[in-house]
Amino acid sequence: MDGGFFTKSRARNIFFGGSVFFFLLLLVLTFDTVQKLPKSDHRENITPEVARGKLVWETNNCIGCHSLIGEGAYFAPELGNVYKRRGEAFIKAWMKAMPTGAPGRRQMPQFNLSEGQMDDLVAFLKWTSEINTQGWPPNIEG
Amino acid sequence: MQYQSQLVAKPYFIAAIGLFIVQILFGLIVGLQYVVGDFLFPEIPFNVARMVHTNLLIVWLLFGFMGAAYYLVPEESERELYSPKLAIVTFWIFLVAGALTIIGYLAVPYATLAEITGNDILPTMGREFLEQPLITKVGIVIVALSLLYNVTMTTLMGRKTSITIILLMGLWGLSLFWMFSFYNPENLVLDKYYWWWVVHMWVEGVWELIMGALLAFVLIKVTGVDREVIDKWLYVIIALTLITGIIGMGHHYYWIGTPGYWQWWGSLFSALEPIPFFVMTLFAFNMVNRRRRDHPNKIATLWALGTAVTAFLGAGVWGFMHTLAPVNFYTHGSQITAAHGHLAFYGAYVMVVLAIISYAMPMMRGRVANCAKAQLWETWSFWLMTISMVVITLLLTGAGVMQVWLQRMGDTPMSFMATQAELSVFYWLRVIGGGVFFIGLIIYVISFFIKDKKEAVTTSV
Repeated sequence: MDGGFFTKSRARNIFFGGSVFFFLLLLVLTFDTVQKLPKSDHRENITPEVARGKLVWETNNCIGCHSLIGEGAYFAPELGNVYKRRGEAFIKAWMKAMPTGAPGRRQMPQFNLSEGQMDDLVAFLKWTSEINTQGWPPNIEG
Repeated sequence: MQYQSQLVAKPYFIAAIGLFIVQILFGLIVGLQYVVGDFLFPEIPFNVARMVHTNLLIVWLLFGFMGAAYYLVPEESERELYSPKLAIVTFWIFLVAGALTIIGYLAVPYATLAEITGNDILPTMGREFLEQPLITKVGIVIVALSLLYNVTMTTLMGRKTSITIILLMGLWGLSLFWMFSFYNPENLVLDKYYWWWVVHMWVEGVWELIMGALLAFVLIKVTGVDREVIDKWLYVIIALTLITGIIGMGHHYYWIGTPGYWQWWGSLFSALEPIPFFVMTLFAFNMVNRRRRDHPNKIATLWALGTAVTAFLGAGVWGFMHTLAPVNFYTHGSQITAAHGHLAFYGAYVMVVLAIISYAMPMMRGRVANCAKAQLWETWSFWLMTISMVVITLLLTGAGVMQVWLQRMGDTPMSFMATQAELSVFYWLRVIGGGVFFIGLIIYVISFFIKDKKEAVTTSV
């Protein structure tokens, strides 16, 4: 890569030109994605309950153990589809029963959520399970 | 060392290594919790330990990048740092803020931390890697602005080299994309979409500019190869990085509620992302083979070669393994992701920071290189840490393949927890790998204190 046609300034120009071009392409694709998102995220169903539920999810750091649509930690089950896998009653009963205290088993903390927070969280998980995720996960186990 | 103000890098590097040790201790805790589920419960639940492990990684790498910038920019600009005093003040602000944040994670429940730090004002917490309280996030902005001001002024008033220009673009980019951490819409899909503008744009974008600049700097110093040659390679590498990596972000947009066309864009471009890492490996070996001097600091050269190779393996090969949409459909959010994350971060960012520390620390301590004995200790730590991290990656890959097989393929998939129980042998061996890594790290720290009076390299530069 010494001298000749391919000089340092050509390399630099490819870097600047290429980066700017592909960043602009990203902006175009982002613009298009944002236009199309309402069809897959069903934002018309984001009620105040769902929005509060997302805050419950965040302020208890659920992502520190679980994954949500495959992103997060991989220590505990995927919860993007937990509403479909387990249903509302199970989710609530499960959270109330924590921690199991079974020796050597992974433990989920007791978060002491109020009934209202529990309802909000379930509403958030229900809405999340209805996002069009292109068929992911491969099966109900997540 | 040519300029007195380069010395401000020293506390940054020391803090980086100190936090690195704590990061690995928490790594051992989370590794153990994978097999002894109730280990340290309820005092340190998994989510807290993991958050400390990942956040400390980010923070100490930032300390490393900042130290590197303060060391490298004066030398490249051929003048003293614009304001050494500001750099030291910034150091203490960052260290205290970082320590308080970690103490906050450990001392109170996360929900309480969110409440007392005013997460209600602007909810930004509770998202992976962006768990920091609002005030810490603002603190990071202030620290970044101070760094940018200091190194940009130094560069503007001095010699401008390709290395400083690329390093500055990396640091400016890092700071700009950080601003997306303040955007957290109610809509989870939008939240996830822009979350990646911090995470992907950092580790598969602008951080690679920083990595390239640091690697090029070390290679110039230890090989004496002509700057024109090194600069050209560097531009080719970072051009390939961004040309593939920007649209390569699409590999995170397969299943999060975004349109299906991202499976094509993401697969196509991210499949090319190993290329810049491969070129980086060619670059490092080429420069070392064509060296025009035999620098006494052998171990810095080893770290430089090691970072190129391991980044290619961890980011390049292990990234490619699960980047194509039809594969990722099965591997997304499995232990395969964890395997890739470990080797990529270690190879690309841990090792490049250790390379610049290895080169710069002896200089700041008044010698061109450490004595042969100290370098031997550091060489041992290089191999122990690198091999154990490769082994950890192989074990997590094994766990991931089996997880996908049991939980996601076939007609009678097992549940998540039942699958995890089947993987315990991989997780136990991984803990042992972590133990070896920790031993390597201890040896690394010890190497700083090894002295050999007979053959001390006393030449000061």
